[in-house]
Amino acid sequence: MKFGILVNEGPYNHQATDSAYQFAKAAIEKGHTVPRVFFYHDGVYNSTKLTEPPQDDRNIVARWSKLAEDHKVDLVVCVAAGLRRGIKDEVLAPGFRISGLGQLVEAGIQYDRLVTFGD
Amino acid sequence: MDDETEGVVKKFMFLNRKAPYGTIYALESLEVVLISAAFDQDVSLAFVDDGVYQIVKGQHTKGIDQKNFSPTYRALEGYDIEKLYVEKESLEARGLTEEDLLVDVQVMDSAAMANIMAEQDVVISF
Repeated sequence: MKFGILVNEGPYNHQATDSAYQFAKAAIEKGHTVPRVFFYHDGVYNSTKLTEPPQDDRNIVARWSKLAEDHKVDLVVCVAAGLRRGIKDEVLAPGFRISGLGQLVEAGIQYDRLVTFGD
Repeated sequence: MDDETEGVVKKFMFLNRKAPYGTIYALESLEVVLISAAFDQDVSLAFVDDGVYQIVKGQHTKGIDQKNFSPTYRALEGYDIEKLYVEKESLEARGLTEEDLLVDVQVMDSAAMANIMAEQDVVISF
């Protein structure tokens, strides 16, 4: 099955980002594919390479980048939500790209399921 | 739009559960709704819980220095988005009636709302 994922919350602030990652990882391990994760609202903060968590904590941003690299996951950050919050091309971690909300709607049309993580 | 998307029509429901101000969810939800209109999908909106406040008449936002985006809901018709569902219990719990709303909607109880949600291909909840 093809899963699209929508992440609506910022990293470290909310369980949603961790749950979304764990879900994506588990789905891929079970043989499904996750062609795209879309980051919206404060979810756009998942994409910035300026993130520096303490060393004994998980690195949420780096974790997404690795998932993208290992499994060809398209990590899309909403341009409008990003601009509002200072997320631009120059701060993106590897594997992320900025695009429009059409990418979210397209994921809903093309994939078997679209799963939302957020409040 | 690529080949995989062309000609596919799915039932998209945008589920609005939060008050219009206080958080950005309602405003950013509306942005997705407007974009979805460009994809020629079967789009509907549902308002439940505090989400019913999004379409209440007479919103004045000057005092909180925020944009009053409620007129946008009136413009949805122009995008061929005409299916707006409101949960009866959520309205009643807030002392509201259909007359308090700024757009034409279908009010239905939670069981009917559940049925409509079950018919959807994609439910995006904000």
